[in-house]
Amino acid sequence: MAGKTLYDKLWDSHLVKQRDDGSALLYIDRHLLHEVTSPQAFEGLRLAGREPWRIDANLATADHNVPTTINERAGGIAAISDNVARIQVQTLDDNCEAFGITEYKMNDAGQGIVHVIGPEQGATLPGMTVVCGDSHTATHGALGALAHGIGTSEVEHVLASQCLVAKKMKNMLVRVDGQLGLGVTAKDVVLAVIARLGTAGGTGYAIEFGGDVFRNMSMEGRMTVCNMAIEAGARVGMVGVDDITLDYVKGRKFAPKGELWERAVANWQTLHSDDNAVFDAVIEFRGEDIQPQVSWGTSPEMVLPVSGVVPDPEQMDDPVKREGTARALSYMGLQAGQALTDIKVDRVFIGSCTNSRIEDLRAAAEVAKGRKVAANVKQVLIVPGSQAVKAQAEAEQLDQIFIDAGMEWREPGCSMCLAMNADKLGAGEHCASTSNRNFEGRQGNGGRTHLVGPAMAAAAAVAGHFVDVRELMSNETA
Amino acid sequence: MKSFKQHTGLVAPIDRANVDTDMIIPKQFLKSIKRSGFGPNLFDELRYLDEGFPDQDNSQRPLNMDFSLNQPRFKGASILLARENFGCGSSREHAPWALDDYGFRVVIASSFADIFYNNCFKNGLLPIVLSKDIVDSLFLAVDANEGYELLIDLEQQRIDLPDGTSLSFEIDAFYKQCLLEGLDEIGLTLQDKESISAFEQQWRKDSPWLFDVL
Ligand code: SF4
Repeated sequence: MAGKTLYDKLWDSHLVKQRDDGSALLYIDRHLLHEVTSPQAFEGLRLAGREPWRIDANLATADHNVPTTINERAGGIAAISDNVARIQVQTLDDNCEAFGITEYKMNDAGQGIVHVIGPEQGATLPGMTVVCGDSHTATHGALGALAHGIGTSEVEHVLASQCLVAKKMKNMLVRVDGQLGLGVTAKDVVLAVIARLGTAGGTGYAIEFGGDVFRNMSMEGRMTVCNMAIEAGARVGMVGVDDITLDYVKGRKFAPKGELWERAVANWQTLHSDDNAVFDAVIEFRGEDIQPQVSWGTSPEMVLPVSGVVPDPEQMDDPVKREGTARALSYMGLQAGQALTDIKVDRVFIGSCTNSRIEDLRAAAEVAKGRKVAANVKQVLIVPGSQAVKAQAEAEQLDQIFIDAGMEWREPGCSMCLAMNADKLGAGEHCASTSNRNFEGRQGNGGRTHLVGPAMAAAAAVAGHFVDVRELMSNETA
Repeated sequence: MKSFKQHTGLVAPIDRANVDTDMIIPKQFLKSIKRSGFGPNLFDELRYLDEGFPDQDNSQRPLNMDFSLNQPRFKGASILLARENFGCGSSREHAPWALDDYGFRVVIASSFADIFYNNCFKNGLLPIVLSKDIVDSLFLAVDANEGYELLIDLEQQRIDLPDGTSLSFEIDAFYKQCLLEGLDEIGLTLQDKESISAFEQQWRKDSPWLFDVL
C-alpha cells in the first residue's frame, strides 16, 4: 500500500466527519484573527446569538492597517489618523474583549504580522490545523502544520464550530535538490517555483516542499517559501518536521514544556511524508539553476532572473498571454527587451509576512552596511514583522545600519505590503518590494511593484536600480 | 443566506485573465466593518478615472467609459463573464460581497481561484466553470449581440442561450444544495455538535500539547 503524504496525515488526524456529499468537517486547532477580516464574522455570531466554540483556540492581533511611524503609534488607537482604520483596530479590541479572546494589541510586546507572530510565539505548532482570514496563512505550514487561508464566513464558521467545511485537496511535491548558490535566498526559490507553475498551477493542491534545499533551509526561509504557495494558486504549502523545526519551536512562549514537550516531539517526528507516499504531481528543480529573481509584471508569475530582459508580447502565441503581457508592460511602464537591471527604483519596501523576520533583516543589513541609499530613491522603508523581531534587530544594532544608510526604521505591521495605511506608492513609482503581490495598485494606486528578496531589495536601494546582489557581495570579498 | 435556484440576466464581460481580488475591490475599502455597501466600489480602479476612497460620493466621480460595466449596453447586468483564474489573490470576502452588492448573481469563468470560489457560495453567488473554448465563444456572442441574456438553472445545472441551445455545467453536490436551499452552513455543521465534541475530547487526550496553551 502506498504511504501517506504529510498532508494526508494531517488531514486524517483532524477529520471529524466525512459527509456523503464529498465535503468533510475538519477540526481546527488554531484560529488566528486580525482586524480586517474579522469584524463581519463577530457581527454574524452576535446576530445569530452564537458563542465561540473554544475561546482558547483563538489568537488575535492588529497588523493590516496599523500605522508604522513611531509618532502615530505612540499615541495608541486614538492617535490613528485614518478614521476607518482606527475604527477597525478598535473594533478588534472590543470584539476580543467581549468574547475573551487573547489579543496582542497594537502596541503590545507580542504584536506583529499575524503570520510572523504565530510561529514566533509558539502559538502555531507542528501537527496543528491553522486557519486565518488571510490567504498567506500557508506560512505556518513551514512548521509541519496544515494551514490555510479562509474567508470571513469561514472565520465565523470556525469561531462557532471549531470546524471548517473542507474538501480534500490533491498532493503536489515541489522538490528542489542540490544547493543554492551564494546570494540566492528562499524568496528566489519560491519566485522561481511560481514562474514555472504559474499563478494557477497549484490550484486545488496542497504543496509540500521537499528536497535538499528545503531540508537545509532555516525556518525563516521555509516560512518565506510556504507563505507564497498561494501565489502559485495553492491554499496550502508545507514542509515536513525535522530537527530544524524542533529547534525552532523549543522554548517558544506557547510551546509545550517538560514532559509534554517530549511527548509532543515523539509525535511530531512522524510528521513528514512516508518514503513510499504518492503525489498527484511532482515538480523538480535543481538548486544550482536558481538565480536571484525580480518580477517585472503585474502577477507574481511574471518574474525572471535578474540577468533577464523584459519579455516581448509579440513573441507570444497565446492571445490571452500576449494581451496580459502587453497590458502589464504598459502598466509597469516597461519596454520589451529592456534589461531588468535598467529599471530604476523610486521606493524600496522591506517587510511583510513574506520577508520581515530577523534573518531577512540581517540579509538586508549586510548589503546596506557602510553604503548609502542612491540619490534617485525617495524612500526605503524597513518594517520588522513583529515587536519581537524589532527588539532582536535593535539588539543586533541592525536599525542603526539602516538609519546610517538613509533608510527608515519603522514599527511592526503589514505596511506597504498592501498599503492600507499611509505607507504607499505614488502613481508610476517603481518599488523593489519584499512582499508577495505585484498586482496593479496593490501598493498604492498606479504603483509599480517588483517582487524581490530582502538582499536584492537592499541592493536596489543602494544602487538606485535593480542589480544582481552577488556583484555587491563579490566586491566585498575582493 | 440567499438561495439560488434559477436566474435570468444580462451578461457583462470582463475580458482579462487573472482578475485578482485587489482589482475586484481595492484595499482601501476593506476598512469597513460591514458586509454591505461595497457595490459602488466594485472594480474601482478600472471603473473610475480618479482614485477612490471610502465614504465618498461615487456618483460625482469621472467614469472610465472604456470599462465594460460603464457602457450603457451592460447596465443592469447580473451575470459576469470572465477569463481564467478569476478571483486570485487575497482571501477577502469583500470581493463576493462587492459583486453581490453591485447586483451580480453569477460569475462565469474558465477557472477560479480556490478561496474566491469557496467564498462565492457563502454569499449566494454562483460561480460557473466552463471550458476555455465555450468561454471564448460566449465573449464573442456577448460582443456581437446587445442585450445578451442567459438563463441559469442551478437545479438542472443548465445554461440556456438566446439561440435556443443549452450548456451544462458541473458543480459540487454540497455547494449546490447549500445554494438551492439558501442553507446556513454554520447551522448545518452544528447539527454535528456531538461528533465535534467527541472528536475534540479524544484529540485533547491524544495531543494535549495542542490545547490550553493560550
Ligand atoms: S504582510 Fe501583506 S500579505 Fe502578509 S498578512 Fe499583511 S497584508 Fe497580508
